Amino acid sequence: MSTAPRKTTYREAAREAIREAMLRDPRVFLMGEDVGRYGGCYAVSKGLLQEFGEERIRDTPLSESAFVGAGIGAALGGMRPIVEVMSVNFSLLALDQIVNNAATIPHMSGGQFAVPLVMRMPTGSGRQVAAQHSHSLEGWYAHIPGLKIVAPATLEDVRGMLWTALEDPNPVLIFEHVQLYNMEGELSPAAGPVPIAGAAIRRPGRDLSIITYGGSLPKCLAAAEALATDGIEAEVIDLRSLRPLDDATIMASVARTRRVLIVDEGWRSGGLSAEISARIVEQAFYELDAPPARLCGVEVPIPYPKHLEDASVPQAESIRLAARALVRPA
Amino acid sequence: MTAKPRLTHEHARRLLGQMMRIRVFEERCAELYTQQKIRGFLHLYIGEEANAVGIMEALAPHDSVVATYRDHGHALARGVAMGPAMAEMYGKAGGSSRGRGGSMHIFDRPTRFYGGNAIVGGGLPLAVGLALAEKMAKRPGIAVCLFGEGAVAEGEFHESLNLAALWKLPVLFVCENNLYAMGSAVERTESETDIHLKAAAYRLNSRRVDGMDVVAVEAATRGAVEHIRGGGGPVFLECMTYRFRAHSMFDAQLYRDKAEVERWKERDPIKRFQTWALSAGLLRGADVAALSAAAVAEVDAAVAFAEASPWEPLSDLEKYVLMDEVPV
Ligand SMILES: Cc1ncc(C[n+]2csc(CCOP(=O)(O)OP(=O)(O)O)c2C)c(N)n1
Repeated sequence: MSTAPRKTTYREAAREAIREAMLRDPRVFLMGEDVGRYGGCYAVSKGLLQEFGEERIRDTPLSESAFVGAGIGAALGGMRPIVEVMSVNFSLLALDQIVNNAATIPHMSGGQFAVPLVMRMPTGSGRQVAAQHSHSLEGWYAHIPGLKIVAPATLEDVRGMLWTALEDPNPVLIFEHVQLYNMEGELSPAAGPVPIAGAAIRRPGRDLSIITYGGSLPKCLAAAEALATDGIEAEVIDLRSLRPLDDATIMASVARTRRVLIVDEGWRSGGLSAEISARIVEQAFYELDAPPARLCGVEVPIPYPKHLEDASVPQAESIRLAARALVRPA
Repeated sequence: MTAKPRLTHEHARRLLGQMMRIRVFEERCAELYTQQKIRGFLHLYIGEEANAVGIMEALAPHDSVVATYRDHGHALARGVAMGPAMAEMYGKAGGSSRGRGGSMHIFDRPTRFYGGNAIVGGGLPLAVGLALAEKMAKRPGIAVCLFGEGAVAEGEFHESLNLAALWKLPVLFVCENNLYAMGSAVERTESETDIHLKAAAYRLNSRRVDGMDVVAVEAATRGAVEHIRGGGGPVFLECMTYRFRAHSMFDAQLYRDKAEVERWKERDPIKRFQTWALSAGLLRGADVAALSAAAVAEVDAAVAFAEASPWEPLSDLEKYVLMDEVPV
């Protein structure tokens, strides 16, 4: 096999990750609504039914609570399930199982049982599918002790995080931003597992730190390029893991740049950006030349028309303006 | 399903002894609660013992059990050691869940006891998943899920029965219908009060059982287990029973008649079985006295164990929020 990087997409990389896991470990199976015959609502699992059969690529009824709970039970019973929920909005019908069972059983049982479950779900806006299909609720899940929350934003990460998540003894929720599925790029055929902990500096810079994750990462990188033409060098940090957060990488970056902008498609009030901001103030207050700034989703249910949807979440241009205002106050 | 088993002396001794152990354990728990040794909620199973004992008698060690917050009887009948069960009531480190769960959350790995679950209906999807794991791994175990009739109104009940039947999973659903969910009588919450018909609508093999008769429960469970192990898919048992005490330790019981409670007490599963076994010549008075004394002695020892058990150190507060490995 050639080792030259080949062109692929985020969607294909996600599929390749599932394939690899299925081939490596007979305990792994994929379960969810329309993952089989339909091929997955975002076509991630297309073709896998033909390759692995319906025992391991398992279509479920519209019963989020039952099949997420069944994933937890199967994990307790020694399997390594990958449970796909069609959208983070629909995962709310399974909140009971995720929060009351998956996140509690290891601690509540005094460490007798682990829940090595992996859940995958699309999140975020950008497809004009309105207020019941577009929200970014991963920050909510990041509130829950006992869960690990990751948001792969690159081809390498969506290809490599799944296996590491499956090997983790804890429930791991993988959030795939819907706007990333068509993202193209190059990936080495040898690309393999990557750690699910720790943030990554995707672009070094000296003038400010832009902290983001998931679907906002490409926008932040585009904003950073535009800022560079203006003589502003932004460092872009991809959180990768939302729980736990990588405080060390964040604080080291802030100590270098002295200014920080947090970009999160989720809502501002009580959100992940608030948590990050609080940690920076607690741990790096005296390194700062300006208060931490936040650019978040506008506090509305995401609307259907494109101009309103676009205005509801951070975009490359609004990120550029917010960053500029932070570095060169008027 | 199979007829009533022919009981041997030893079998009868075991059934009565198990029911007595649970009864004495819980009566002691009630005392310990008034002494504030046990805190929080305490849901007593008194009156319903025939169900747990009859069901667990028909299971194999490799089967899995998922129970509710009213889990003392299930845990003890399943074989969870009484000392750790009592220490769990206290919240001590020697408890089966290191004291972290308390009365409602007894977990026990050696007996595959996957917890008392305090979310009404929350255990059903777990049992479906445990059964799915058995089936996919081609292991012989079945999963048994116990819940009250209150759970029947939850969506998780319907989702789980449908999924289990659709996938022909080796799971036994046991609805312990004690007629009340806290203060809500079943006819005030269900449009169809004949619960087992709901399961039949999902094409589960389903039947009603006298849950005050330990032999009937055991026989029904044996039949169900045979059906499931033979690949026949999930089974549903509706065990008609009654709790003699308040929902948790104290409630004014304004929702039911004292006379109704007294009528059901006449069907006390322990008295009933004991009387029958004595008259049938299966047990003698001396056997009953010995079983009763053994139950008291075992509970005394369990209390001593719990009293002597240390508290978990504060330094372990966050231990097991995340696991370092999957226990095997
Ligand atoms: C989802 C949920 N809703 C409400 C409660 C509060 N609650 C605890 S027990 C109970 C009654 C349940 O009755 P049933 O299922 O018949 O079981 P029983 O207590 O009679 O054994 C209720 C409403 C709960 N624990 N979980």
